[in-house]
Amino acid sequence: MAIRWRDYPAEPYFDELIGPGGVPRPAAQAVARHLEKLGSEELAVRQKAAEAAVKGMGITFTVYHEEGGSIDRSWPLDIIPRVIEATEWRRIEAGLRQRAIALNKFIDDIYHDQRIIKAGVFPLEYIADSVNFRQQCVGISPPLGIWAHVCGSDLVRGGDGVMYVLEDNLRVPSGVSYMLENRQVIKRVFPELFEENTILPVDDYPSQLYDMLRAIAPPGVEHPEVVVLTPGIFNSAYFEHAYLAQQMGCELVEGRDLAVDDDDCVFMRTIDGWSRVDVIYRRIDDLFLDPEAFRADSTLGVPGLLRAWRAGKVALANAPGAGVADDKLVYTFVPDMIRFYLGEEPILPNVPSYLCADPKQLEFVLANLATLVVKPTNESGGYGMLMGPKSTAAEREEFALLVRANPRNYIAQPVVQISTTPTLIDHTVEPRHVDLRPFILSGSDVHVTTGGLTRVAMRKGSLVVNSSQGGGSKDTWIVDGTN
Amino acid sequence: MLSRVADNLYWLARYLERAENLARLVEVNASLMLDLPKALAPGWQPLITITGAEALYAEGTRDTSERAVVHFIVADQKNPGSMVSSLAQAREIARTIRDILPREIWEHVNELFLYVSEHATEAINKRTRHAFLRRVTLGTQTLTGMLEGIVSEGPALWFMALGRNIERADMTSRFVDVRAVAMLPVHGSPLRPFATIQWMSVLRSLSGYHMYRLKTRQRVYPAGVVSFLLADEAFPRACVCCLRRAEEVLAHLPNSQSLLRRLSRVRRAVENTRFETLDPDALHGFIDRLQRALGRTNDDVARTYFRGELTLSRHVAAQSQSSG
Repeated sequence: MAIRWRDYPAEPYFDELIGPGGVPRPAAQAVARHLEKLGSEELAVRQKAAEAAVKGMGITFTVYHEEGGSIDRSWPLDIIPRVIEATEWRRIEAGLRQRAIALNKFIDDIYHDQRIIKAGVFPLEYIADSVNFRQQCVGISPPLGIWAHVCGSDLVRGGDGVMYVLEDNLRVPSGVSYMLENRQVIKRVFPELFEENTILPVDDYPSQLYDMLRAIAPPGVEHPEVVVLTPGIFNSAYFEHAYLAQQMGCELVEGRDLAVDDDDCVFMRTIDGWSRVDVIYRRIDDLFLDPEAFRADSTLGVPGLLRAWRAGKVALANAPGAGVADDKLVYTFVPDMIRFYLGEEPILPNVPSYLCADPKQLEFVLANLATLVVKPTNESGGYGMLMGPKSTAAEREEFALLVRANPRNYIAQPVVQISTTPTLIDHTVEPRHVDLRPFILSGSDVHVTTGGLTRVAMRKGSLVVNSSQGGGSKDTWIVDGTN
Repeated sequence: MLSRVADNLYWLARYLERAENLARLVEVNASLMLDLPKALAPGWQPLITITGAEALYAEGTRDTSERAVVHFIVADQKNPGSMVSSLAQAREIARTIRDILPREIWEHVNELFLYVSEHATEAINKRTRHAFLRRVTLGTQTLTGMLEGIVSEGPALWFMALGRNIERADMTSRFVDVRAVAMLPVHGSPLRPFATIQWMSVLRSLSGYHMYRLKTRQRVYPAGVVSFLLADEAFPRACVCCLRRAEEVLAHLPNSQSLLRRLSRVRRAVENTRFETLDPDALHGFIDRLQRALGRTNDDVARTYFRGELTLSRHVAAQSQSSG
């Protein structure tokens, strides 16, 4: 069947590729023409080829199952790329860089002088009540003053065409390996498009990550041993942990491979005996990192690791305690942080948000539950939220009780009319909602990935893009329109 | 190299080697059944004995028909020693250590597992069996070739070679034990009819027929085959050759002195045995001791590299002494 963009329902949302009246947006013209030329049958053939490539390359993610087991599933990838024009991207990139710098300054400030609180810009009680604030980190100065070395910020485009920041993931953000693998697969599927267009490459990330990790090694270590610390094969992002370790040429270690000696040095167990470790890219949450310091029942962590980090004998990325800024309540203050620390106006806007912690805003939220999205401040993966417009009266009543019992734990936002992009659904092309997660590396410099991971809600009308809940993904093309 | 990773590499190689040997086993038994008159045919039960799964098999069924046995050996997920289970374990390990091996290797293990788990029923059907088993053997051999072709010399390759050769020595000794001991003439008695075909099949099951002829320049005779499969120093599936190769890689690895001493003792014991004079009972006893020695080697490897006691403070003290 032929694909005719004139018949594609690009509205009522903002569509990433197809403008009003079925006219492809400038950066997407080549792709749109090519897809038209191929037709939906050929596209279906290429989608099959992509799925076979994903299976053969073993690109998987792990889903937890109710019955206690976990299943390794093929990574879902829709072959129609999401295209962003390079000029627009450069602006987004600048906005993300600005944001990451401000967030790192904020975390460092919170664990030192708390200037932002003294200045009356950020209320003290919000920190006091934060579940991700770590008393053990107070007064610690990690190398370069960086705490959130890897940040994954989620962006959505509203009905007004504006790109908004939805949240900043500063604990152990994942997805970057899928961004890199998606490109590998799509290059196999559409080699001709890569020949004809200037699609900016994405594959520099592992070397940038490695350089950043080496740069944060304890002072005086000339050839630091860098390792990736994973919770193990049952973690949903294990694929990514192994992938990044391989790409960087580092050991992928589990907690049981590591030990800390009486001098607070960290070692890994090798076939030659114990061997010193200097930098750990950890993909384990704070609370499981060290049973001596946090949860005593953690079997994933390394006893004494926090002691080693506090003594400056090992670097941890992200630093413990960095999650204090990965809190949707703190999120609402990021524009203020940018003004406070950098003296600049934010380049990227937040989604307008209501703080339930504020009594007046709380009343507004409770009165408008049916039209708002209410989110817990400390959950990830899209769990525990209320989608007002899709909720029943009973659900709203139940949720109101939760919010009232613990207002600090919730924020609310108007429903963003998230943009769509053409997606292959049962042999036809239909609009589906997408978000975008770029990754920002902070070390001696700040690097932003070229584009990011585009996640797509495969069910019609759905806004849930999480792969654990039936979301798919797309390759993201930053297309230079100038040549 | 991390101890846990070394452990995984060692077992990855063992599981892959096991899958290949199972394919060989089924293939050769099938062709033997076609060659022998019904009355002499050994049936399918010996495959269960060779794989050491008699007790487990008896729990499930008494049916020793071709269909039931082949299903058990190839496709049964409840049999931890089946081909599907071995490849599932290999794949799980390959997934765990994806960061260590080149991507092609992981992809190949993954594809081999997917192929076998999706096509295992083809092993049961006589018409499709040969093509299926050939693809499995070819699949594992391809992997061995990839290791040789694209993996740098180093601990990863050495631990895999160690695992492969120990598994291979063990499997070859099992083939000889179950097949040869049953067919070996009691000393002095004439060869039973069709015995030559059976001995040839033992050689073929290990792809050793051709190499046997080249090496011995003799017709196939019992003690010759036993001696070739156990004591030949050049045929890659012969026990002595496997042990030599294990010794070669151990020599590269740290702290291997005592392991090497014990392994070469085992090898010399095989080399110094005169198989011509062994009767079935003596051969069976010999192989039994050999298998136990291989089991001990496996435990020694684990103790030395994977799981032995190793205190951190002592190590650090020793390191600062040597550097100071």
